[in-house]
Amino acid sequence: MARHLIVFFFLIIFTVLFAGFIQDNPYFEIHPEDVELKIPKGFPEPLYDLKNNKITVAGFTLGRKLFYDPILSKDYFTSCASCHQRFAAFAHIDHALSHGMLGQIGKRNVPALQNLIWKDAFMADGGINHLDLQPLAPLTSPIEMGESLDTVLMKLQKDSIYPGLFKKAFGTTDITSERLLKSLSQFLALMVSSNSRFDKYLEGKETFSDQETRGLNLFRTKCENCHKEPLFTDNSYRNIGLKPDSALKDSGRAAITGKAEDYMRFKVPSLRNVERTYPYMHDGRFRNLNEVMKHYAEGKFYTDNFDQSIQRAVGLTEQEQSDLIAFLKTLTDNTFLMDRRFADPSMR
Amino acid sequence: MKSVFLIRSCKRTRQYFSALVLLFCCFSAPIKAQSALEIVLQHFAGNQALRLDSGSYTNELGQHFTVTKFKYYLSNFHLKSVDGKEYNSKEVFLINEEEASTKKIFLPDVPAGNYSSLSFTLGVDSILNCSGIQSGALDPVNGMFWTWNTGYIFLKLEGKSPASKSPANMYEFHVGGYKSPANCIRRITLPLDQKSVKEPLRQIVLRADVLELFKSPEKVDLSVLSSVTDFHNAEMMADNYSDMFSVLEIH
Repeated sequence: MARHLIVFFFLIIFTVLFAGFIQDNPYFEIHPEDVELKIPKGFPEPLYDLKNNKITVAGFTLGRKLFYDPILSKDYFTSCASCHQRFAAFAHIDHALSHGMLGQIGKRNVPALQNLIWKDAFMADGGINHLDLQPLAPLTSPIEMGESLDTVLMKLQKDSIYPGLFKKAFGTTDITSERLLKSLSQFLALMVSSNSRFDKYLEGKETFSDQETRGLNLFRTKCENCHKEPLFTDNSYRNIGLKPDSALKDSGRAAITGKAEDYMRFKVPSLRNVERTYPYMHDGRFRNLNEVMKHYAEGKFYTDNFDQSIQRAVGLTEQEQSDLIAFLKTLTDNTFLMDRRFADPSMR
Repeated sequence: MKSVFLIRSCKRTRQYFSALVLLFCCFSAPIKAQSALEIVLQHFAGNQALRLDSGSYTNELGQHFTVTKFKYYLSNFHLKSVDGKEYNSKEVFLINEEEASTKKIFLPDVPAGNYSSLSFTLGVDSILNCSGIQSGALDPVNGMFWTWNTGYIFLKLEGKSPASKSPANMYEFHVGGYKSPANCIRRITLPLDQKSVKEPLRQIVLRADVLELFKSPEKVDLSVLSSVTDFHNAEMMADNYSDMFSVLEIH
């Protein structure tokens, strides 16, 4: 009996020591310099006003923990990170449609999370007008995390760790929707991708192959109209002539504005890290970049209100298509994809 | 005029002045609280007082209905006096039939005056619909917020009606929207009978009638329309609720 007690005692000691070691793991530690927002060269002023939500070490750390914590979902299994994977620029790699709690399937492809403070609206249809409010959508959707806001707040308030973390971040242990969402915004705001090979090429720190150079030139004449540098989107909504999906019946922007001309218009996505965010389109219908290129090159456009500027890409030769893909791959930003600040702090 | 200029031009004087004002505010707080105007909301269905769940009412088309939920936002209160004095409040209030305390609104620091009209907004200004996460009355936890198409729900009326073809005979009117295709912000102006106004104004009792939501300009047929949850039919409902209020008493 005594021996059991001693073993038990040592087990406890080890657990405590080990826990202490984990907490001090420098890989996950956030320092004041980690939460400084640096506006990349050539980027415009952010649209998200950080004066109303100053990023702090404690606020960012809390937002990161929340992002990776399935406690936010009704089934305690689905976190934000379940669909937003770091190595995929926070998209859901190889999944056409988003996955929700209890094995449910959503109706859109998971978008990448990057450069969010330069976005004027969120979702493929632009229905959400502020970064702070964006997490409420997946949180309360019955096919995503399925939880109500007041239950989430109650769960966090009853938790053994969270009240302390909220106190560190906001001064008291009160857990309110404002604090919950602002801490998530602090985490999301720093997801800046601006260090791809293309960015280094612009600074003269990197050279492009002949093919990549040809791709860049093609891109600037054929694609830049919508995928504007440096964010590789002009934040507009466009219909690119995709065949309507009779099962999903997604009318896109029209569901928000009620306007017929917005039928199947979707927000132009950024192409940064596009190599990692497959499959493509609002419903993930194209498995790879080759299929995307084929869509534009073939010029078989459905629906009447497709954007005329996509005609520029009609007739791209196979060589041109692969040149473009070679260029698009220079937009992969390993610094961002490997940034330890955004790593799952519960992974030991 | 000159003294004002002097105050503005001299930084230190300005600091002293601010300190004085602050001190004055501290001392005068209890006096100011007395000048708060109380606005009381009484909910009716025609000539019957509204009773959640138990009351049964009849709309213009003779359809019976009950009410299980009645909530709405009021904001931007404005008072105008006969001699041109004006009072403005930017505050937003969420009125909920279920919580008696929300049916009394306090507007602080209303100066004494002979007020001839009261106006307010049913809804939430567009700027507040675009300002990200907010607290208090505008906290999304109050359930008056759309998460998929950002915007506050300005008014919720829910209940049951045998006429409704929705599951469990429910009807649900969630009316809101601050931009095209549905702008449901409505400014409501009510005249205040001057003769009955005593100085200073202490209390205004407002009547809000849910029957008006079914009435004019459009008659709502519950067998056809039992659910308004996005921009479809929202403006029609907003036009209907714009004449929901009247002044009952002034003290």
